[in-house]
Amino acid sequence: MRGFGGFLAYRLFRTLVALWLVSTVVFVVMRLSGDPVPLLLPPDAPIAEMERVRRDLGLDRSLPVQYGVFLANVVRGDFGRSIHFRQPAMEVARSYLRATFELGLVAFAVALIVAFPIGVLSAVRRNSLLDHATMAVALVGQSAPTFFIGILLILILALRFDLFPTSGRGDWRHLVLPALTLGAFTMASIARITRSAVLEVLRADFVRTARAKGVSELWVVTKHTLRNAALPILTITGLQFGTLLGGAVVTETVFAWPGIGRLAIQSIYNRDYPVVQSTVFIAAVLFIATNLLLDVLYGILDPRARA
Amino acid sequence: MSSDALAVALPAASAPRRARVPWPLYGAGMFVALLALVALAAPLLAPHNPERGSLRARLKGPTLEASDGKAYLLGTDQLGRDVLSRMVFGTRVSLTIGFAAVAVGGVVGGLLGLVAGFRGGWVDEIVMTVADAQLAFPFILLAIGIIAVLGPSFPNLIIVVGLSGWVTYARVLRSQVLSLRQRDFVSAILALGGSVPRVLVRHILPNVASTFMVIATLELARAIVLEATLSFLGLGIQPPTPSWGGMIQEGREYLDSAWWISVCPGAVLMLTSFVVSRTGDWLRDVLDPTLRGES
Repeated sequence: MRGFGGFLAYRLFRTLVALWLVSTVVFVVMRLSGDPVPLLLPPDAPIAEMERVRRDLGLDRSLPVQYGVFLANVVRGDFGRSIHFRQPAMEVARSYLRATFELGLVAFAVALIVAFPIGVLSAVRRNSLLDHATMAVALVGQSAPTFFIGILLILILALRFDLFPTSGRGDWRHLVLPALTLGAFTMASIARITRSAVLEVLRADFVRTARAKGVSELWVVTKHTLRNAALPILTITGLQFGTLLGGAVVTETVFAWPGIGRLAIQSIYNRDYPVVQSTVFIAAVLFIATNLLLDVLYGILDPRARA
Repeated sequence: MSSDALAVALPAASAPRRARVPWPLYGAGMFVALLALVALAAPLLAPHNPERGSLRARLKGPTLEASDGKAYLLGTDQLGRDVLSRMVFGTRVSLTIGFAAVAVGGVVGGLLGLVAGFRGGWVDEIVMTVADAQLAFPFILLAIGIIAVLGPSFPNLIIVVGLSGWVTYARVLRSQVLSLRQRDFVSAILALGGSVPRVLVRHILPNVASTFMVIATLELARAIVLEATLSFLGLGIQPPTPSWGGMIQEGREYLDSAWWISVCPGAVLMLTSFVVSRTGDWLRDVLDPTLRGES
C-alpha cells in the first residue's frame, strides 16, 4: 500500500505522539506529588525564603502555565535545573547514563552469547538431556523476579564463595553479578525463542529438500535454517533490549549501581522533578529508538513487513 | 478460531480437545487453590503472631525443636518474628493484589480492546497510541512515581498494578475482534437486525473468552511479581504487615548471617510465579494455539 517511506513517516509520527504522552503523564504525576521546597530548605527556614525558592523554580505559577513552559522546554531538550544537584537536569541524567549503558550492554551481550547457541543446540538436539535441562532453567529464569535473582547471586557468589563484590561500580568484577541479574530474563527469553524459531524452520519443506539433496547437517543448520530463523529472533531480541531498561531500575537498586535507573528512584524520593522527567524521557527515547530501528531493520530484511 | 466453523461438520470436536489437557494443569490449579486456602485460613495456619516477635528469639535459624510444640520452622527475622507465619500472612497481600489487579487490568484492557477492534477508526487510533506510549517506557518508573504520590495502600497498589497490564489485553483482543468482525456470521447478524451490543456480548465475547483467560493467567503471575517488586523497593504494603517482597527487602541486610529471612519468601514467590505462568502457557497451548509467541 504505502511505500517504505510512508511506513517510516507513520511510525515516526506515532513515536512523537508517544513521547508527548509520556512527558505529559510524567509532568502531571510529579506535580501531583507535592511540594519539593520543604525538602530543599532546613525545617526552620522563614516563609519568605520558601516563597523565593518557589518563585525561582517557577512553582508559583498556575499549572497550565507551568505545563506550557515545560513543553516548550522539552522541545528544546531543556528539563530545567535539578533541585537536588543544582545542575541542568539533563546533564545530571546524561552523566548517569554511561554506567547504565555499560551494565545494559554487558548484560545483553552475555545473554545473547549464552542463549543463542543454547537455543540452536536445543532445537537441533531436540528432546535430548541438554534440551530438557536448559529449557527448564530458561522457564524458571523467565518467571523469576529480577530482584530475587540478584539476592540469590549475592548470597551464593558474593557472600558464600566471596568471588565478586556485593555492590558498587569498579573493575569488571563489579559488573558480573548485576549483568547476570539484569540479563537473566533476556537470556531465558532469547534461548526459548531461538529454539522455537529454529525448530519451526527445521520442519520446512526446503530443509527436507536440502537434506534429501545430501547437504551436510551442519550446512543445513548454519546456512538454510539460521538465516530463515533470524527474523523472529531479531524481533524478540530487540524487544528484550527495551525491557532491559525497565529491569535496570530494579537491578541498579539491588546492587547500588550508579546508573540512570537508581538515579530515577532516588530523584522520585527527593521529589527532584526535573531529573525524574529527564530520566523517564531518556528511557522512553531509547526504547522508542530501539523499536523504530527494529522496524526499519525488519522492513529491510522482510519486504512483507512494509505494508 | 475455526472452532465454530468446524462445529457444524464435527459436533464432537470438543471431546478430543478436552482429553489433551495436560496433567500438570491440574497440579497447578491445586497449587493456586492451596495458596488461596492458605491466604483465607492464615490466622488458623500461622503458628505464631506474624507481627509480634520476641527479641530473645531474633535471627534464629530454621529448627524443628520447640518446647511448646510451636517451633520456628523457617527461623525468625531480625525482630524475632516467625518467618513462616509472616509468609503465610504475606500470601494474603500477594493474592489479593494479584487477583484484583488482574480484574482491573482485564476489565479496562478488555473493554478498550473490544471497542477499538470493533469500532476501528479514531477510537482505535487513540487506544493504540496510548498503549504504545505506555509500552514506550519502563512502567515500573511510573508505578513508583504514582505510589510515591498517592501512598502505598491496597486500593492504590491494585489500580497501579492493574493498569500496568491493560495493554496486553487491549492489543491481543483488538486484533482478534478485528478479524472476527469481518467474518460472515457477524455481518449476517447485523444485517438481520442484531444490535451491536448483542453481537459483542453474544457472539464476539464467547469467541475471545479463551484468549482472555490465557492472558489473565499470564498477567496474574506478572502482577504478583510486580507487587513483590514494589514492596521490595519499599513502595508496597507498609510494615509491619508482612508481604513477600517486603520480607525479602528486610532480610537483605542479614543475608550473611540469616539467609532464611529473604530466601524463604523469595522461593515461594518464585515458585508461585513459575507455576502460574506455566499454567498460562499450558492454557494457551490447549485453548488457543494461535497465541503462541504473543507474550
